[in-house]
Amino acid sequence: MQIRRAVILSLAFVAFVAAPFGCAALAQEQEAPPLQRWSFHGPFGMYDPQQLQRGFKIYREVCSTCHSLKLVAFRNLADPGGPNFTEEQAAAVAAEFKVQDGPNDQGEMFQRPGRIADHFPPPFANDQIARNANGGALPPDMSVLAKARGFERGFPWFIFDAFTQYQEDGPDYIHALLNGYTDPPKGFTLPPGAQYNKYFPGHAIRMPKPLSDGQVEYTDGTPATVDQYGRDISAFLMWAAEPTLDARKRLGFQVFVFLIVLTVLLYFTKKRVWHEVLHHPELLEPRPPTEYRRG
Amino acid sequence: MSGYSIYKPQNPFMRWLERRLPVASLVYSSFIAYPTPRNLNYWWTFGAILTFMLGAQIVTGIVLAMHYTPHVDYAFNSVEAIMRDVNYGWLLRYLHANGASFFFVAVYAHIARGMYYGSYKEPREVLWILGVILFLLMVVTGFMGYVLPWGQMSFWAATVITNLFSAIPWVGDPIVTWLWGGYAVGNPTLNRFYSLHYLLPFVIVGVVVLHVWALHVVGQNNPTGVEPKTEKDIVAFTPYATVKDVFFTAVFCLFFAWFVFYIPNYLGHSDNYIPANPGQTPPHIVPEWYYLPFYAILRAIPNKLLGVIALGGSIVLLAFLPWLDTSRVRSAKYRPLYRQFLLIFFAVVIGLGYLGSQPPEGGYVIAARILTAYYFVFLLIILPLLGLFETAKPLPNSISESVLREGVPVGASAPPPSGAKA
Repeated sequence: MQIRRAVILSLAFVAFVAAPFGCAALAQEQEAPPLQRWSFHGPFGMYDPQQLQRGFKIYREVCSTCHSLKLVAFRNLADPGGPNFTEEQAAAVAAEFKVQDGPNDQGEMFQRPGRIADHFPPPFANDQIARNANGGALPPDMSVLAKARGFERGFPWFIFDAFTQYQEDGPDYIHALLNGYTDPPKGFTLPPGAQYNKYFPGHAIRMPKPLSDGQVEYTDGTPATVDQYGRDISAFLMWAAEPTLDARKRLGFQVFVFLIVLTVLLYFTKKRVWHEVLHHPELLEPRPPTEYRRG
Repeated sequence: MSGYSIYKPQNPFMRWLERRLPVASLVYSSFIAYPTPRNLNYWWTFGAILTFMLGAQIVTGIVLAMHYTPHVDYAFNSVEAIMRDVNYGWLLRYLHANGASFFFVAVYAHIARGMYYGSYKEPREVLWILGVILFLLMVVTGFMGYVLPWGQMSFWAATVITNLFSAIPWVGDPIVTWLWGGYAVGNPTLNRFYSLHYLLPFVIVGVVVLHVWALHVVGQNNPTGVEPKTEKDIVAFTPYATVKDVFFTAVFCLFFAWFVFYIPNYLGHSDNYIPANPGQTPPHIVPEWYYLPFYAILRAIPNKLLGVIALGGSIVLLAFLPWLDTSRVRSAKYRPLYRQFLLIFFAVVIGLGYLGSQPPEGGYVIAARILTAYYFVFLLIILPLLGLFETAKPLPNSISESVLREGVPVGASAPPPSGAKA
């Protein structure tokens, strides 16, 4: 906390110096979502399969009644770097969903239990039905939602984010949104059918508060609170949006080891090659390059 | 400044080939024996970095094109299929998307170096103009590439930018309709942008060949801006320039890899992960970061047509730098006033970049107008006048003299060689 305070103070100073830019950034109308700790933050951060399984449970029991997950297939649940379900478990999940298939030999569409290769079927057949069932608001598809949402970090934070590898503004926003249902402040008139949310742009959100404490049963001793639900579903949605994150960071580490070794070797090669130019230019007679002395 | 040795093939096959197609001696004289000034600093490695990035963009782009579907109904999902189902598709796409950004990082460094050291001056005018053409081609190619994922920002950026042409009097609207291939941004627009996005990189390759050709005719500029005079001023391209280029390309790749592997969406906009929706305008339409200074100039001017003219002028004016700058001294090192005004100019461009990312209201507009004014005043007034009034510092007689006058380079242990007369 001490360090954080020092950082904030020094940043306030920077913002003061960069007056025209800094002031505008500080005077944000909307409260910024509080930052959470994510297991997948940083160069070695990976998904926590237990958390993804809990998040998936929330999606299945709560979100999936309105929100589709069209780009994710059941087989993805068993992919490495995901919730770590076995293929049998993923097939069992698939079998619980009804998927439209066809046309059959009679030319008719029919419903069948889902297979592991199927994508998650949408809860509504089309956007119009979805709007009609939700008071005119369209529940967005959740496949890339964690990357499609975020918030302005403002100057100078966005510069530091490049160094601290902050990429979790999407999950932070979703977590904050799920915990941001409060009573509207005095003088704020809500349109009919809307709820007040501290973090939703414009504050009037059409989604009723989706989660309350104890709503989803956790069997592994994790506290069943909205705060925890919010973290788990956000982590799950981040995985749904970026299923290759684990593979990316693992390969990234290997690439960095390679590149650093290569760069160091090239640096010394360069030093060696340039040695006589810098220190013995009298030896530099025009000669074909192949004849230059070695060492 | 005669070259080193000419290529004499030893191998019988190479002798046979040399008499029929002297490609080996072309490569030898252009990339091995080619004389380069011995005092080039690391700002001169961005040419090699740009060549590398162009190659990387073409290779990743060709593979991405094998999996991409240029259709309004499938484009977004095909990009997501690349991310999820294509082997290492996420790597290809993040390399390509961040590669565009780092291509622009390198080109801005390259342009800034040219302006600082006066690389556009006689006899390098054509070389410089080819560079401005390359930059324009990059801008167009990058913009069309950004449209292809067909997210909200793709769609609205395409709408805003193509609509700029409607500011042209009389023929504006027909031109926009012609660009769109319809009466709104739609499937024909996406299709032609895809086609052109695939074509233009090869046009860039062609102009790069001319750019390198022109460079090899006039030779490289250098930090002193004094042409090499004797053999002491130059070193062979290989191994000296090559090893330096390769080393710094590796350093550049470290930065590039940081973004690709750890913060791949940092430079993008989250709205572009929402599929394009013509019925819903995003609250703020922002282009990619590398266009922000020009976007700020466009919005700073209240009149649409004048704004478009200023936007185009801000880039096209760069092509006239060789004639706008009346000073005969090349390097800013010996031009104290020019150096100050130029560094302010660079700061102004960065400031415009920040303002371009902010909503066009209140103080932001006023700041953008002031900075835009400086941008044009610098190019059109300060630059021509400076050459008439500025007193330059004394120039070194030669490159080797300047190297020796500055003393032994960092890390050196040996005293200056006996042959040197400081």
